[in-house]
Order: sequence, then structure tokens, then C-alpha cells
Amino acid sequence: MSYPLDPDFMTDAMKAEPTRAGFGRGLKAAGEADERVVALCADLTESTQMHLFRDTFPTRFIEVGVAEQNLVTVASGMARAGKIPFTSSYASFSPGRNWEQIRTTISLNNQPVKIIGSHAGIYTGKDGATHQMLEDIALMRVLPNMVVIAPGDSIEAEKATRAIATNGMPSYLRLAREKTPVFSTEDSPFEIGKAYVLREGADLALLGTGTMTAKLMEVAEHLSKKHKLEVSVVHVPTIKPLDSETILSIAKKTGRIVTAEEAQIAGGFGGGIAELLTESLPMPLLRLGMKDRFGESGDPAELFPLFELDAPSMTKAIVEWAKTAHRYHQ
Amino acid sequence: MKQTLIQMEHTATRIRKDIITMLEHAKSGHSAGPLGLADIFTALYFSILNIDPKNPDWADRDVLFLSNGHTVPVQYAAMAEAGFFDKEELLTLRQTGSRLQGHPERERLPGMESTSGPLGSGLSQAAGYAYALQHIDNVKHRFVYVVMGDGELNEGNIWEAAMFAGKYKLSQLIGIIDRNNIQIDGNTEDVMPLEDLKGKWESFGWHVVEVDGHNIESIIDAASQGRAVTNRPTVIIAHTIPGKGVDFMEYDYKWHGMPPNADQAKEALQKLRTLDGKIAHEGAGV
Repeated sequence: MSYPLDPDFMTDAMKAEPTRAGFGRGLKAAGEADERVVALCADLTESTQMHLFRDTFPTRFIEVGVAEQNLVTVASGMARAGKIPFTSSYASFSPGRNWEQIRTTISLNNQPVKIIGSHAGIYTGKDGATHQMLEDIALMRVLPNMVVIAPGDSIEAEKATRAIATNGMPSYLRLAREKTPVFSTEDSPFEIGKAYVLREGADLALLGTGTMTAKLMEVAEHLSKKHKLEVSVVHVPTIKPLDSETILSIAKKTGRIVTAEEAQIAGGFGGGIAELLTESLPMPLLRLGMKDRFGESGDPAELFPLFELDAPSMTKAIVEWAKTAHRYHQ
Repeated sequence: MKQTLIQMEHTATRIRKDIITMLEHAKSGHSAGPLGLADIFTALYFSILNIDPKNPDWADRDVLFLSNGHTVPVQYAAMAEAGFFDKEELLTLRQTGSRLQGHPERERLPGMESTSGPLGSGLSQAAGYAYALQHIDNVKHRFVYVVMGDGELNEGNIWEAAMFAGKYKLSQLIGIIDRNNIQIDGNTEDVMPLEDLKGKWESFGWHVVEVDGHNIESIIDAASQGRAVTNRPTVIIAHTIPGKGVDFMEYDYKWHGMPPNADQAKEALQKLRTLDGKIAHEGAGV
């Protein structure tokens, strides 16, 4: 197993931290590494963890106010002036509100602006449906030139932030508000466009993006111990471009695939995997995620079971599905 | 590069002729805005902007953003006049594979600072560029210009940018509004009233200059004034006649998004010949 997991992961001593905290550290590090890095925020500086950068590089931090359309278009102009702009807000507002400006002035215009969407997904919790952004993966992965990353934990979020600072491309980073389990280590690999096999098993493969990967590791344990299903778990932090080589290779070995995301499965990560498999290696696919519904207020610990996205609910759904979803053989 | 006033009046007329020829050949595109902007783009490319057509990415250049991308035929014609590319290429406007897209794309054409079309985003980009020059890089000798339409001032993004530029006193930013009073659905004051336009910009912290947008000397003077104001951004409200120079198009919003057919183009080119060198003397009136 080449991917080192945190030794405390899935123990009582499991570490937890919001992915946005990793972003805050990564941005400061990116700013130290390259003076072209600038940061723009729309009145959510501490909430999106940009204050570390602001306090270190006050002249390279720009407060834009509650104006997400201006946020990304000012950033586009700064990129033209040779800067590497990071913009942050809540994902509901950016890219939610300003998608056309991103499309025209960043994606089509091909400027290396970084769009940081914090508070994405169900981990946003009590703020409710308006703030639980579930459509951002679908919105961003259809844009040409755009890189889309949903880091699995705070350590990976830090690495991803540093990586997009140097990739020279328009990039979207999806972050969560609440603490989520830390499964990776400083030594775990992260490269844009790469998926990582965390666990190997021949019965089926679980593909997770963002914070769902940690839950899938728990699911894999349940499946193994209680249901005699030995499954692979693949962590797919980069949703665009997909690591089709790794995914198709594991698909060939396991013959059936489950995807999980805290986002709409329509057009989302599961949608992307469905496109890949349908064209390259058609096989049974179960997509777990939000199914054509909005979220609602509540503690994430209660919301995940409500939306059947906690480990026990997902385990149950996978066991049921696996009974009739026959493995594909070439 | 830099031209005298008399030379520029002739240049503006040539640009208008090229616009008519391009649009008729493309059988698609917008007529009124580009014709109305010909004097402003002449002033920009042949007097105001510090640029080098043979070195479009010159590090010391002034920067021009076009916010209302649908008027780009006037910029293409001015760029060809200035020597960014050969005039023959103008006839490729809107053709498959052309660098001269229906709405401008930065990556296709050197000298184009951004990609635009969807309205309301140019001022923010210009403000971002000006912010980088003024507050991060401490570069004082470069200026950032942005041409906007008046119809696009309906967009909220414009006013977000206006607040931003006012807050940060972006004195190296100079906006130019093509105040031609028309947009697709009719006259601006009927569709969504903009007045008191000067008062609006002033209240956002801008220095405002109103000029006759067909008087090249006035446009150049206003830009000089903008560069001299060091504690605020400047916006030039340039009063223009949509379709300027072609009498059957002037003032008529129906020509906003329509190209001339062959007969109309022939007639337009004839009328433009008689105007050669007279544009400034007619004036649009402020």
C-alpha cells in the first residue's frame, strides 16, 4: 500500500479539522513561495481562513466586500497584470452567484484565478439549504480549462492549495465548514489529476471525493466485517481532470463501482464517473450523494443519516445494490 | 503612431468605412455602437494609449479593456489601422477560424487584453489591473482604460466595481462610457433610466468629465485630465450618436444589433466619403 494513512484514523484518537483550515495554511505558504500570489475576499475573511495570509501579507490582500461578481472579475484583471489571485467566499455565492463571470473572464479568458468555495456540501450544517452548496461540482466541471479539486481532509487541502498556486490554470477548490476526519499524512501523495487507492479489495470499488472518502473507509470496514465484501477504496480529490487511468484500472479489477459525494449526483462527481465508465468500460454503477433535493438545517451528524450518506446508510445501500449488480467481466 | 488631429479625423472615417465593410461581409454583427465609438477608438489608439503594436505585451504599455464586447469591430478596425495586424484580416470577422471573433477573445488576438461579451465585467477587470499597478507593484507611469456601453450600466457588476475603485482611489483607472442613449429594447431612459449619471458616479467617489464623444480633441483632453487627477478614478461620459456618420442609422436603436446589407453598405460608404475630415466640426452636443 503506497498511500500512508494517519495511524489515528478510524481510532478513538482520530484527528479532525475543517478543510478550510488547511487552505488557510496553504495560502500563506503559497504566498511565501511566490510574491505574485494575492488574495481577495468578499467579506468572509476569517470564515474562509484568509486571515493568515492577510496578516502576513497585508498589501497583497484585497477586501472586495459582499460583491462576488466583482470578486472574480477584479481577480481576472489582476491575473492579467501578472498576479496569481486566490478568491474566497462561500461556494453558494462563488461560484454560485458569479458563474457567468467565472466562465467568461476566467475560464474562456484562461486566467489562472483560483476560486475557493468554502462551506460546500452538507458539512455546512445548520445554515440550511441556501448555504449548503451542492451544485458546485456540476457547475465547475463543465467549464473548459477549469481544474476542480475537492480535498479529502485538511492536510490534503493545504497541499492542493499550494499545487493550484503553481499550476497556471483556472482552478476551483471545494472546502467544508465543519471539522472532518484527517486520514492522510504529510507524506501522503497529492498531485493534481491523480486518484489514490487507499484500500484494495476485489468485490467492488468505492470512489470518494472530498470529505466522503473518510466515510467510505468506514463503509469498507463494515462491508468487510459484517457482509463479507472486500472492497477497494479510491480517493479522487481531482474531479477535473479525472485520473481515468487509475479509475479504469480499478474498475477492471473490481467490475462494479460506487461513487460518493456530498453534492448533487446529477452532473456531479458521480455524473463524471458515469460518463467515463459508460464510454470506456460500461459496468454497474451506484451513485451516492444528494438526489435531486436540497439540504436543510441541522447538525451534520444528524443530516448525513437523514440524507442516507452516513456510513451505516451507505453500507446498507451498497449491500442491497450488490445483490443484483453483477460484476462486469471482460 | 501618434497622429495629429486632422490625421485622426481621417483615420476615424477610414475606421468607419472598415466597420461597414466588415459587417456587410460578415452578414452579422452590431452597427450602431462601433460607428459611434470610432472617434473614441481613434483618440485611444492614435493619441491616448502608450502602446506598441509590434510588441502587444510590452511591459510598460497602457492597458485597454473593452467591456461591451459587441462593439469590438471598432477595436479591430483601430488595431488594424495602428498596425497590430494587416487590414485584409478584417474581412475574416466572425468567420470560422478567425482571430476576429464576434466578441473578442484574448487568447486569439495579441493586443486584446481580455475576453468580453456578457456585459458588465470590464470595469472590474480594469480596476483589478489598476489596483495591482497602484497598490501592489507601485508602478505609476501606466494607466488602465476601459470602454463601457451605457446600456451595460444596468448591470450590478458595474456598480460593485464602481464602489471598489472609489474605495481604493484607483487614480490610474480611467473609464469611458459610450453614452449613446440606446440599448437593444429601446432608449436607455425608457428601458432603465440611468440619469443622473454624472451624479451617480460622483457619489461613488469618481471624478467625472463629460465630453462630446465625436470631438477627438475633447476626448484626448478628458483623458489627460483623468491622468492628472491623482486621488480618484476618472470616468469620461462621452456623448455619442449611435450609428454616427451614416444618417439612416443615426439615433435609431434598431441598428444596435444589425449589419447593413449590400445596398445599405454601399449607401453608407458613399455617405462616409462625403464626411471625410469633417467629423469633429459637426459635434454631437453635450
